[in-house]
Amino acid sequence: MEYAVSMDQHRTAFEDIPGTYVFTGERAIEGRHLNRFCMSLMSAGNRARFKANERAYLDEWQMSESQKQAVMKRDFKALLEQGGNIFFVLKIAAVDGRPTQSVAASFAGQSAEEYAAMMRSGGRNPVGLRSISGRF
Amino acid sequence: MARITAGIGSSHVPAIGAALDGGRSTHPDWAPIFAGYEWTREWVAAQKPDVIILVYNDHASAFSLDVVPTFALGCADSFAPADEGWGPRRVPVVQGHSKLAWHIATQVVLDEFDLTIMNEMNVDHGLTVPLSLVLGQPAEWPVKVIPLAVNVIQYPTPTANRCFRLGEAIARAVKSFPEDLNVQVWGTGGMSHQLSGERAGLINREWDTRFLDLLTADPDILRTMSHEEYIREAGSEGMELIMWLTMRGALGPHIRELYRFYHVPASNTAVGNVVLTPED
Repeated sequence: MEYAVSMDQHRTAFEDIPGTYVFTGERAIEGRHLNRFCMSLMSAGNRARFKANERAYLDEWQMSESQKQAVMKRDFKALLEQGGNIFFVLKIAAVDGRPTQSVAASFAGQSAEEYAAMMRSGGRNPVGLRSISGRF
Repeated sequence: MARITAGIGSSHVPAIGAALDGGRSTHPDWAPIFAGYEWTREWVAAQKPDVIILVYNDHASAFSLDVVPTFALGCADSFAPADEGWGPRRVPVVQGHSKLAWHIATQVVLDEFDLTIMNEMNVDHGLTVPLSLVLGQPAEWPVKVIPLAVNVIQYPTPTANRCFRLGEAIARAVKSFPEDLNVQVWGTGGMSHQLSGERAGLINREWDTRFLDLLTADPDILRTMSHEEYIREAGSEGMELIMWLTMRGALGPHIRELYRFYHVPASNTAVGNVVLTPED
């Protein structure tokens, strides 16, 4: 078996894949409270409190100011860069009634329409997007 | 004696459940997918399995990041559909098979696979969408289901090989269960897709096709592939495909592919479905 054996080897291998977030232990540490906040939105009562006053609700969590700003701006790229896990931050989109596709589109700077058209025509081609060091 | 008679691989895209529940299954975006599952639907209806061991992953529904079990086996009598943020899917409550589930838990732990035992668990689209695709929209599910939740979200996720070997251990456990039961193992998730980052929307038809070929022809290649290769080729969420290997491991060395369907896209994802039977 040729598995990467240490956290460092894993990280190096994952970082070689362009435009991709892998939710490692390091990211989990950084995003701990952000992801806990996201999970809290599973309850209707919490969703209502968040919607009524986002800032006040966010201040109940031990998140960084930058994480809180990213939530309020719905900047999903910034959320993932600061330890958010995609399946957790999608709960913020669910509060807004925003489809997953529109969030996915935002990562690549595409409009929801452009992204949907790309998917209908076969999706994003992996050629050139597999490895930074290997350029394939 | 209980026996594993078939393995099914299936994607579990949430938007497919939403399309079906919302009455949009004849819309041009979705009709080809439901048509593609028709063969499997009819075949499974004729096979009348008693129990499905359904390998899937939870998507921040039953499990937060407070507790992250690598493999969690549903030993409860029933599993309610989870509220994933917009109300639970209106599908029947999933009926478990506690006796077989506890037998599997006991046997595989003695076999040195240390599972987490779930006596209370809600199940999300990862489990209910494959049921809907293959069993349709009945008032009650016609089969009992033992959920096996695999962590593919928080690294370190299990290796592909560990998933495969767990399938082998499950097969040994099922064989030693004294009741006469027709058991199927379903592996779900995938195929290629990625929801985040600049590569969001990645689809790799060529690699997916190779994965489906190798699943029957040479699963050793798939079980020894690294995490990074799965992610690089099939996208960050394409990692879910390691769960198909638990199903494959449960079928034994010689199998036959009875049916294959592949379609792009369902929302962000390449959809795959295979029906495999053991040959001895």
